[in-house]
Amino acid sequence: MKFKALINIMPHKELLDPQGKTVKKNMSHIDIDHVDDIRIGKRVEMILDAKDTIDATNKVETACKKLLANVIMESYEYSISEI
Amino acid sequence: MKFGVVVFPGSNCDHDMYHVFSEVLGQETVELWHKDTDLKGLTKDDCIIIPGGFSYGDYLRSGAIAKLSPIMKSVSEHAAKGGYVFGICNGFQILCEAGLLPGVLLQNAGQKFICKNIYLKTTTKNSVLTQKLDTNTSIKIPIAHADGRYYIDDAGLENLVKNDQIIFQYATEGNELSNDVNPNGSVSNIAGICNKGRNVFGMMPHPERASEDVHGNLDGLGMLESLVLG
Amino acid sequence: MNSVETKVTVEIAQKLGLTSEEFDKIIDIMGRVPNFTELSIFSVMWSEHCSYKNSIHWLKTLPKKGEHLLVEAGDENAGLIDIGDGMACAFKIESHNHPSAIEPFQGAATGVGGIHRDIFTMGARPIASLNSLRFGDLDNPHTKKLVKGVVKGISHYGNCFGVPTVGGEVFFDKVYNQNILVNAMSVGIVKVGETVSASADGPGNPVFIVGSATGKDGIHGATFASADLTENSADDLPAVQVGDPFQEKLLLEATLEVIKTNAVVGMQDMGAAGITCSTSEMSAKSKTGMRIDLDKVPTRQKNMLSWEILLSESQERMLIVCKKGQEQKILDVFDKWDLECEEIGVVTDTGFIEFIEKGEIVAKVPADPLVLGGGAPVYIREYEEPAYIAKVKDFDIDTVKEPNDLVATAKELWKLPNLVSKRWVYEQYDSMVRTNTVTTNRPSDAAITRIKGSIKAIVMTTDCNPAYVHADPFTGTMIAVAEAARNIVCSGGEPAAITNCLNFGNPYDKGVYWQFVNAIKGMTAACEKFKTPVTGGNVSFYNQSVSKDKTEPVFPTPTIGMVGMIEDYRKSMTLDFKKSGDKIYLLGKTRNDINASEYLRNVCGVSLSPAPYFDLEESFVFLENLGKVIASGLVESAHDISDGGLFTNLLESAMVNNLGFDIAFENNIRKDAFLFGESQSRAVISVSKENEAQFMELLSQLNFDFTALGIVKENTIKINNIDFGKLSSWKTVYENTLGEQLD
Repeated sequence: MKFKALINIMPHKELLDPQGKTVKKNMSHIDIDHVDDIRIGKRVEMILDAKDTIDATNKVETACKKLLANVIMESYEYSISEI
Repeated sequence: MKFGVVVFPGSNCDHDMYHVFSEVLGQETVELWHKDTDLKGLTKDDCIIIPGGFSYGDYLRSGAIAKLSPIMKSVSEHAAKGGYVFGICNGFQILCEAGLLPGVLLQNAGQKFICKNIYLKTTTKNSVLTQKLDTNTSIKIPIAHADGRYYIDDAGLENLVKNDQIIFQYATEGNELSNDVNPNGSVSNIAGICNKGRNVFGMMPHPERASEDVHGNLDGLGMLESLVLG
Repeated sequence: MNSVETKVTVEIAQKLGLTSEEFDKIIDIMGRVPNFTELSIFSVMWSEHCSYKNSIHWLKTLPKKGEHLLVEAGDENAGLIDIGDGMACAFKIESHNHPSAIEPFQGAATGVGGIHRDIFTMGARPIASLNSLRFGDLDNPHTKKLVKGVVKGISHYGNCFGVPTVGGEVFFDKVYNQNILVNAMSVGIVKVGETVSASADGPGNPVFIVGSATGKDGIHGATFASADLTENSADDLPAVQVGDPFQEKLLLEATLEVIKTNAVVGMQDMGAAGITCSTSEMSAKSKTGMRIDLDKVPTRQKNMLSWEILLSESQERMLIVCKKGQEQKILDVFDKWDLECEEIGVVTDTGFIEFIEKGEIVAKVPADPLVLGGGAPVYIREYEEPAYIAKVKDFDIDTVKEPNDLVATAKELWKLPNLVSKRWVYEQYDSMVRTNTVTTNRPSDAAITRIKGSIKAIVMTTDCNPAYVHADPFTGTMIAVAEAARNIVCSGGEPAAITNCLNFGNPYDKGVYWQFVNAIKGMTAACEKFKTPVTGGNVSFYNQSVSKDKTEPVFPTPTIGMVGMIEDYRKSMTLDFKKSGDKIYLLGKTRNDINASEYLRNVCGVSLSPAPYFDLEESFVFLENLGKVIASGLVESAHDISDGGLFTNLLESAMVNNLGFDIAFENNIRKDAFLFGESQSRAVISVSKENEAQFMELLSQLNFDFTALGIVKENTIKINNIDFGKLSSWKTVYENTLGEQLD
């Protein structure tokens, strides 16, 4: 079975996100004021073979934990659907 | 010719550009602050320098935030009037983001920052920057960037070639173009270009780092002197 | 945890890393049981990292006086030496080992940021940085990950900040598998008299926090840095700090600008222990006090607790004491650079640091007992020679068989990670920004940076061969100082002073402490001899690998950062052979010695042997003479012999301009010792035929030991008529080995 995983990886909310902070500060250049917060992460799309949804979830979880996200710095969430 | 060096938050070659134009080449040089729109008396016969560095930390994309600064409006107007604008490294990235030069600079193919000497072939003498250079001899100029992979679509590339807008290409010491010496994966080994009007220039390598005896390399001085001649 | 709710007990104190004796001492000082916030303040200030409690007794014995010194060690954030023409040079090296072991990218990045901040807080503009890195076995996948992360972190921070990384060293050994060492050095210049002190003079003067907002990152980092690193440390999330080099670049420019307004009384960077450390150290230094309103501190998260604000190690922040009435000048500069700048308190004359929240005092602690040199504990630990030293002394060169095939042995040696080019690493660093780097196209043993507006240059190097120090901490550390001095002299410079970064294991281990004490003694002896006082630095203990059944300290690694001067950069000396036909000479005496060499350790596989031959007096005389030979202008190149011995040295000089060499020697030294041995106080120079006669005369005047080795010869590598093959194949291995392992 083929699955598609959509993974969002974000900097931990306790940690400074210098990129998000700088972008937020400069939104006023394009006349958008009163932005409360911007945090910038990554989106990963992965298509994989797996026996079933549980197997797919295990694989995606492992991929996130061991490679895609730096769990010291980043948190991740994902959704998985069969295609 | 008078020179104005734009200072963005995070510019870090601004002092170097100021130094080379004022101290090494003895030209009248002023600093232009990013929050201002005032060009401090620069006329269309003068040149605005967009220096290297990491404007706004290069966050989001290199040059993406800098292009929105108040000073960039004045830079665009200056360029539209035919005034010279010269962007080096981050300056090149900003000019592309701002639409003053075609194309875009992507992350190096090797996905690493690279700082080293490379050789450049001068592709055309038809520009104020290269009029005094020799197209048959390579020059040794350092690069120092993470996002230097010049990219433009095929139609755009065709236009660049047709209009003789490619001014520098990565080459061997013997002045040959080769994939092996393309340090960042740029399309057609492109290291520097100009606009159609031939008054806006951008290049990734740093000529100011090869312009004094102390550098043990004067290969960058030629193009800067060429620019001063106007 | 909340300061109001947490009941303070000796158990809580121990959880914060304090001993029960220390807890009693705190109660004694306070005259009462402290609340949790106050206890936290003591715990970070009395941590090893801030208090140097287990090292300060010995650090005080290091030579600190010298003709060029403008401030004594420990008086300011960094050392300061006079470089003439009304200019001074500020420099310091610091470790960021444990954070880099946990999160290599951010750990290394914030290490670079922290050391630059130390320099520009004094009012000096950083003009160069160096780093000294120690990693585990390169074959280990975990090591590769750490190397990539650390290099990327240094590259990210240093390049964006806009200060060239001009030099450094990388060393691999399995002892660093779990505990890598990341030591970063910053060198800056400032006009004499324009420096700013870390003082809080003048009760009534307002106190500002500037730079970034305070967040929850790095809380308890100071305590964390002092606790043993275990396999579980990776779960210790709050210890990670995120660096923002862009913010630091703005902070640099704003800081140097604000100093020019003359509105600043004193300034200190916030590193370990954040607001706590800066307020207490500045107050203690000026014998004043401070009252700080925590509600005014800009925070990144809502509802931060008082102790979280006090201990946060959020990066890119500084504390400024301003002249009363001149606040607007400071506000204007920081506004120009879009940085936070908030008045958070006032200097008092009470001797206490007081923190207020919602109108109430949440902590009130006397400043002096918190700080190093004040009332912070000082321990003199016991030490004894560790057992392995007996095995070191047992080594006998005759048990190592001399190789039959020198070419094959040389090839084996040549691909060792410690000897191959570190190009993969240094090409990721911007080494040329600020356009002052002399050594880009003129390679030297040390890095050389021109001072703009003059022909003067500063010469810098970091050195330490930890294998030597492990073999013999006293001699090994002398060698580290001597090698640094030799690198400076080989570059045409004159050594001026050093900064040190002392990376050791657990100080409560008697063997580790023996290494520490002997290293300090060796450093003292060598620095006195070379007249290079110690201007400051830092100590990092607890560098060790912890597994279930044992704790293994890293090699004792006292990294030496040395700074020297060249009056005229055009007279700097390079290491590369210049042309075919030039004569090659080995200066200094070679011994029948392969001790602790790369060859012995990593080709022959003998891990324990004494340090290479070294005699301090001989080394001093050698250096004096070498300086004279180079200053004579008669030599074309000069290159110090160090790791990898003579063979490595010759190839390094040969590869730059693609020139080879043809040498021959005859003596009663083993061939492997002559080619690969690392006995100290030697260098190779090349001389043109035209200058040879005059050069020989100079050598005899100086009574200088030398060996005429042969000539520079294109397309040749010949030793005693044995053909070693093409230079290009040696160069390929040299240039590409590290990249092949890491890409």
